[in-house]
Amino acid sequence: MGTGRADERKTTYREAMREAMREALRADDRVFLMGEDVGRYGGCFGVSLGLLEEFGPERIRDAPLSESAFVGAGIGAALSGLRPIVEIMTVNSSLLALDQILNNAATLLHMSGGQLPVPLVIRMTTGAGRQLAAQHSHSLEGWYAHIPGIRVLAPATIGDARHMLAPALADPDPVLIFEHGSLYNTAGELAPLSSPVDLDRAAVRRRGTDISLITYGGSLPKALAAADELAADDISAEVVDLRTLRPLDDETIDASVARTHRAVIVDEAWRSGSLAAEVSARIAERSLYELDAPVERVCSAEVPIPYARLLEQAALPRTADIVAAAHRAVD
Amino acid sequence: MSPARGTRKRKASPSTQGASTASTGRTTATSAAAASEREPVAGRPRTEHRRELLHAMLRIRRFEERCVELYSAAKIRGFVHLYIGEEAVAVGVNEALTSEDAVVATYREHGHALARGIPAEAVMAEMYGKTTGCSGGRGGSMHLFDAGRRFYGGNAIVAGGLPLAAGLALADRMRGQPRVTCCFFGDGAYAEGEFHETANLAALWNLPLLLVCENNLYAMGTAIERHEAQTDLALRAASYGMAAWAVDGMDVEAVERAARRAAESIRGGGGPRFLEMRTYRFRAHSMYDPDRYRDKTEVEQWKAGDPVTRLMDRTREDGELGEKELTGIERRITEEIDAAVEAAEQAPEESVEDLLRHVTSRSTEVT
Repeated sequence: MGTGRADERKTTYREAMREAMREALRADDRVFLMGEDVGRYGGCFGVSLGLLEEFGPERIRDAPLSESAFVGAGIGAALSGLRPIVEIMTVNSSLLALDQILNNAATLLHMSGGQLPVPLVIRMTTGAGRQLAAQHSHSLEGWYAHIPGIRVLAPATIGDARHMLAPALADPDPVLIFEHGSLYNTAGELAPLSSPVDLDRAAVRRRGTDISLITYGGSLPKALAAADELAADDISAEVVDLRTLRPLDDETIDASVARTHRAVIVDEAWRSGSLAAEVSARIAERSLYELDAPVERVCSAEVPIPYARLLEQAALPRTADIVAAAHRAVD
Repeated sequence: MSPARGTRKRKASPSTQGASTASTGRTTATSAAAASEREPVAGRPRTEHRRELLHAMLRIRRFEERCVELYSAAKIRGFVHLYIGEEAVAVGVNEALTSEDAVVATYREHGHALARGIPAEAVMAEMYGKTTGCSGGRGGSMHLFDAGRRFYGGNAIVAGGLPLAAGLALADRMRGQPRVTCCFFGDGAYAEGEFHETANLAALWNLPLLLVCENNLYAMGTAIERHEAQTDLALRAASYGMAAWAVDGMDVEAVERAARRAAESIRGGGGPRFLEMRTYRFRAHSMYDPDRYRDKTEVEQWKAGDPVTRLMDRTREDGELGEKELTGIERRITEEIDAAVEAAEQAPEESVEDLLRHVTSRSTEVT
């Protein structure tokens, strides 16, 4: 505690997320956590470690490997007035619950003529980089961002890991939170919260004037590293962290492109039909005449993510790829 | 009460003669038919109660017959799945539920919605896609909702309502509320993982969940022996560690007795219960279905065990219902349905400007 300024403290992304859940569980007895190994095991990525001891097995509820049943149970419990946080191991396994997420959580409010809001939070890991191969490494959050009726969040910083859960739980509608697996060990200072996170707003993480690097989640650290490298080449890069993938914050994107007149979109998902495609389409629709260069996209290679480290790294967006794309746009 | 059939294959034939409820004979499945068929429901005059049951079943029957006419007249569109022949299940089970309990149903749910008390007018208006419909015209025949009556649809994905029902039950269990969540689903749902995941979860967590399988012997056009390796559904449900038994779903009084018994044990903290309702739909799967896969004699055999006629005959035999009373019931139903159709005809369309309403609670969705 407190190695930095008095009002900041050292923590990790994982601990920040855990702290957010602890706070929510303490503040509201309608909140409970449910998922595979969230209790005794402490969460498959250790996020809920210690919560069972404080809140007991009813509220830190270990579920069998039945993604569809326990996500659906979260929906039913939410309909009945509770505020469940459902944890799914990875986005790949969330596909087993896709029926419940899409056909129930996202549609019940509309299909019932406004009678049945579903105040449910679903958390899951996403992304590659840890040699977990093709069934544990994909970035499918863009698919979820396709669906009307749900909100999709991708906290990329310790601050967002700590502070996005509370407004997500306050949202009367389903919220999906995607935690990039490579971020859990990120260590740093947690600044005190000046005002609640606005879930409708993207965040500009670094100001710049020459090019906008628009990204989210696990690609944010890469974009920030690329901005550092570009600064050495006298290119001033602005870094926009979308952080809410649905609804997209068009205003922040527009304003950034209006400042820099160039954009590189960095998205760890596959390029075809990706969130990067959506963002670039919107830039084309809304800001075409602001552009001084074609929009660039840095995405994953269109391949199931391979195990071998060299191959995996080659498949993913790298800082060097972002720098190169920025140079193409600027030079 | 002996097991109704062999375990491997169930011949599609009605069991109208005397078979009230049949036990699976497993450790957790005991005879639901201890009470005689003619025993009145405790504390209620039998004659009056039977009249109510008859009225409720006839009301569903006539409502759906009107739906067929309105569909032919192109007033109603989309998929419409008729419950005709299965009315005893929704009506009988509903008798065991209170207004505090919850119901989750399938896309063949006009009967469940009407039995639950959603006004015929609101259901009809929903079929018309009008703003006064019970889902504001956004659901249609397959998605009837009424939050106030704790009627949670109307789910068009086979078995998709089961996990949600488990969640409603979980919330009650966590808060110590002595309520029951009743989930209806068909025999087709047995082939879905969501059924088995939910059955396991419900038994594991001792959830106050009443699982009512409406086994009408066909998953759309596929006969049960062609979609289930083991067609004894109660037996399989019992394997999850919950009491399960099969019921003659064409006998509304047998259905009611079984449902009351199940609901009572659930309310007492006994965990989930499973009822296999052996029933049959007299009409095709939907308005699009030419019904080529069923033998006409099979359909006729089951029609001979019509749950409405069966109760009518029983009340006549017992001198409880005269032609005059029956005519009176029919008249009241006709008046109610006429009024519902008239109201649906007159009701306003939802404004196209409101297209994006209710996508999120923020009223209009921002993308």
